[in-house]
Amino acid sequence: MPEVQELVKSLADKYGRKRENLLHILQGVVEQERYLSDVALTEVARELDMSAAQVYGTATFYTFLDTEPRGKYVVRICRTITCDMKGKNQIIQALEDSLKIKLGETTQNKKFTLLETNCMGWCHQGPAMLINDQAYTNLTVDKAIEIITDYVKNK
Amino acid sequence: MTYKKLKRIDLIFHEDCECHKVLEKTFSKSNDEIINDLLESGLKGRGGAGFPTGLKWKFTAEQPSDERFVICNADEGEPGTFKDREILFKVPDKVFSGMAVCAKVIGAKKGYIYLRGEYRFLLPELRKALDKFHNDIKDLIDFEILIQMGSGAYICGEESALFESMEGKRGEPRNKPPYPTVAGFRNKPTVINNVETLVYAFMICMHGPMKFKELGTSDSRGSKVFSVSGDTPIPGIYELELGMALDQFVEEFGDGDTKAVQVGGAAGFCVPRKKLKETIIGFEGVPTGGSMKVFNSSRSMYNVLHNYLEFFEEESCGQCTPCRVGCQQLIKGIEAVKKGEKKAVYLEQLLKLSETMKLASKCGLGQSVANSFSSIVGNFREEMIY
Repeated sequence: MPEVQELVKSLADKYGRKRENLLHILQGVVEQERYLSDVALTEVARELDMSAAQVYGTATFYTFLDTEPRGKYVVRICRTITCDMKGKNQIIQALEDSLKIKLGETTQNKKFTLLETNCMGWCHQGPAMLINDQAYTNLTVDKAIEIITDYVKNK
Repeated sequence: MTYKKLKRIDLIFHEDCECHKVLEKTFSKSNDEIINDLLESGLKGRGGAGFPTGLKWKFTAEQPSDERFVICNADEGEPGTFKDREILFKVPDKVFSGMAVCAKVIGAKKGYIYLRGEYRFLLPELRKALDKFHNDIKDLIDFEILIQMGSGAYICGEESALFESMEGKRGEPRNKPPYPTVAGFRNKPTVINNVETLVYAFMICMHGPMKFKELGTSDSRGSKVFSVSGDTPIPGIYELELGMALDQFVEEFGDGDTKAVQVGGAAGFCVPRKKLKETIIGFEGVPTGGSMKVFNSSRSMYNVLHNYLEFFEEESCGQCTPCRVGCQQLIKGIEAVKKGEKKAVYLEQLLKLSETMKLASKCGLGQSVANSFSSIVGNFREEMIY
């Protein structure tokens, strides 16, 4: 996968090759690839002259640094108490039906991954979800389906 | 105890601030004068722990070192807290200005904003505001602010875990002491303040310490930004004077059927209806980083507690045993009691376990699980069993 090598190298050039820059580089890879493949992790280790175990150990600490393949759009629905009270389960159900995958899975065309996440700071406008970096709040079943349909069709 | 009446305040979001002018005025004062103003105001950290801000700055400034840092903790992860996002969205200049004042006082050339990954969408606007700010203060101080992104780890809001994360490592809290004022980021003396604290520090520079000190009680000076959510007709962000009794709060924000209020998020305390009147919101009563979650009588407190424990179990960094294993066992324990696999007296053992976690855990996460656990189990025992 020469593209990943290119990517890691350009990120290392941009941020520097010190340990302190590791998270920047890992975040940069995830931004492009949506997840950290084994190839990417070993490449980062090589560029920064660290052990692959250290890179892997750091990456797996952080929820947003996925080491499993993810879709182009990662949908994270808040599961913490207020969003739970306001009906996040119905939203998840609707998205599962709409995308025909279960929580934790990725669509076959690798476009969507459906996940739960801990409180993301929208408790006053729950239920809430993130699609990549974008936050969607005050969700209803209809609204959630409308949003995801728009992604399916137009993105 | 003295109770204050619920009073809305408009300091933080008020749009009358010419940051450059205020900075110019502030920079004409000596560092000691600025620190004295902060100490005089009585400002305590707004992240929840409540350390006097003036002392933090003073200790860091006094620490001999060739380099010092100021860090704005914007890793706002406590369930039910969302005020820092609003502050960074609406008045970023005040946050930057607070950091600049701190930089002057402690002699820092670099400052960092550690922004939680969930708030990445704020970045473009923040960067724009930051470019403008850097340009504006060029003539005043040699100081640069950088933004560092988090990646979805609650524990990184703990200051020493945040330093670890900024150094490119797993966000595992360090042993204390040494405290950040002695050895923080890159082991250099570091001031790390919550977003809101930095803005209040700047407001104190702007208005003088008296305007702040007049508000609140002797233990909890000033006002505070509250994040109100749950069973309330008016969820949102409100700046209120500290020191009010909780029943006043519920009168204003409740839906008429309030059963309990969780003050301070998952790491905070659950206050049942019968104790609302005697509970004061502030450091002398129940302190809070701003999270106020209102529950009405349709809510199962078992579900609330279970949700919190799942949160802690996942967010525990796993470094120390009391927290890692304790969180798992507390969940298993309440599930077993609920299912009738364990007798109700088993709750006593679980309470003991949470007390042990409070004593033996390395950082605030494991230590504060007992807050919500004991206050929910203690006040809603029958809901845990039946």
